[in-house]
Amino acid sequence: MLTLNSATVAFSAPGGPLVRAVDGVSFTLPAGTFAVMIGTNGSGKSTLQGSVAGTVRLDSGSVQLAGHDITRWSEHARARLVGRVFQDPRAGTAASLSVLENLAVAACRGRPAGLGWATSASLRSLAAERLGSIAPGLEDRLDQQIGSLSGGQRQIVALVMATWHRPELLLLDEHTAALDPAAADRVVQATARLIREQNLTALMVTHSLKQAASLGDRLLLMHRGRLALDVAGAAKRRLSADDLASRFDRLRASDQLDDTAARTLTELYV
Amino acid sequence: MITLLSTWTFGLALGFVALGVFVSYRLFSFPDITTDGSFTLGAVVATVLLVAGVDPLLATLGGMAAGAVAGSCTGMLHALLGIEPLLSGILLTTALASINLVVLGRSNVPLSGVPTLFDRGEKLLLPLARGLGFAETDAGEAARLGCMLLLAALAVLLLYIFFRTRLGTAMRAGGDTPSMARALGRNTGLLTIAGLAIANSLTALSGALVAQYQGFVDVQMGIGMVVWGMASVFLGAALVGPVRLGGALIGTLAGSVTFRLLVAAALRAGLHPDWLKFTTAAVVLAALVAPRFLVRRPQSQSIR
Repeated sequence: MLTLNSATVAFSAPGGPLVRAVDGVSFTLPAGTFAVMIGTNGSGKSTLQGSVAGTVRLDSGSVQLAGHDITRWSEHARARLVGRVFQDPRAGTAASLSVLENLAVAACRGRPAGLGWATSASLRSLAAERLGSIAPGLEDRLDQQIGSLSGGQRQIVALVMATWHRPELLLLDEHTAALDPAAADRVVQATARLIREQNLTALMVTHSLKQAASLGDRLLLMHRGRLALDVAGAAKRRLSADDLASRFDRLRASDQLDDTAARTLTELYV
Repeated sequence: MITLLSTWTFGLALGFVALGVFVSYRLFSFPDITTDGSFTLGAVVATVLLVAGVDPLLATLGGMAAGAVAGSCTGMLHALLGIEPLLSGILLTTALASINLVVLGRSNVPLSGVPTLFDRGEKLLLPLARGLGFAETDAGEAARLGCMLLLAALAVLLLYIFFRTRLGTAMRAGGDTPSMARALGRNTGLLTIAGLAIANSLTALSGALVAQYQGFVDVQMGIGMVVWGMASVFLGAALVGPVRLGGALIGTLAGSVTFRLLVAAALRAGLHPDWLKFTTAAVVLAALVAPRFLVRRPQSQSIR
């Protein structure tokens, strides 16, 4: 279970105004929830996910995961509980290492690495089994450098790495955004299957309204650092991509209205 | 004959610098200037211990340990205090210049009359060298080369085994893609500190061996070592091509020996020794720039 309590992150450019990228967000994802998060550019969805992953520190509020208050935990300490897949396949896998060596590092997630042989025979057979079941053909490429795989294949390996040991939370950071549509589809299918099979708690940030409508059992819409929409259950299942698109348009329109209003006020009073 | 043998021995001794630079620069993308200071540090510490009557093997290990400490200091400046890699190394090398001078007591010390690692190795391998048919005048040098070959093989083997363990693989992952290693629970700061400790212990080992081989230590002897190491690493990579870890380690040693042979040939052909460092720098520059002209890069690096 993931709980955010009045999570707030503020940034300020030198000399600029203080911007609350995440402005007092609270929500709870019960164990086994697959939540999809969308939002306009600059809505704070990436910052929010960073504050769960540990790359961004909260200015106030707290993050609780699986009974631990992880608000002050370092990024690498949180990895004991959290599996992550990045937007860029190059950020989530080490290009110069073989597929099997990447998996070997994932097999040590949250554990002392130790001086055992990394690519043991038992790891090799388990890796072949897991990769082969999710993406047939990949199990024959264990000894190739992972940099020689396509982006879609690397993301599938990254998914297997993030879930090698069942994480308390799976964080997916627009992990299909850098892929072509066909590869993105394959990665989405692999994602949905892994989450279902391991009954994972997952928080997936996406830019795709189609994915947001078709995936998951909870939808979170971020806007200006706050949750503008939080739908679960039957209401989430009824939600279509068109509904989301019209929501988005209304939010963008209100943005413009706000900007114009602000400008008018500035012109009048400054 | 004896010059050729000693060129090989010297090339292998400096090969440990190349192995150190391989670890810091190739595995961790860390251009580690500490190399210049830790090379001398290894030589100075080993010499002081030898002169004090310590066993040559222990004295050599002592020099190595000092290098490891220097390397982890650089790593800490970078990982804990957030100082840039180049500046961290410059700070350490500058500080080490004083430390080396203080530890040694003066700017150079001869090692004549003190038993060294090579004296011991020579005694051990001399019968073998004679058995292999080396002339009596060359047998001693051949035995020293054999001794160095054994040490180099042992170093490559140990490095290969270590970097294939889970910890070593995590270190390579952290050097290659820090975001990936952190997301999988590795403290990349600690990994960098450990990597630089290994790299500089190899460099210091080289210093300790060179001092014992040439029979004296000089506080200036480390200048330009990091560039020497890079030249060897690049040359080695060109010799063996795109290979895995084991091949790359052997290639690095081969690069050092080849470079030493090229330098010896150039000196014999009339290159003035004053131009040696200049030539080394030119070779590294060429190795850095050449790929841009030789390899046609793909137009865009799109992800598919």
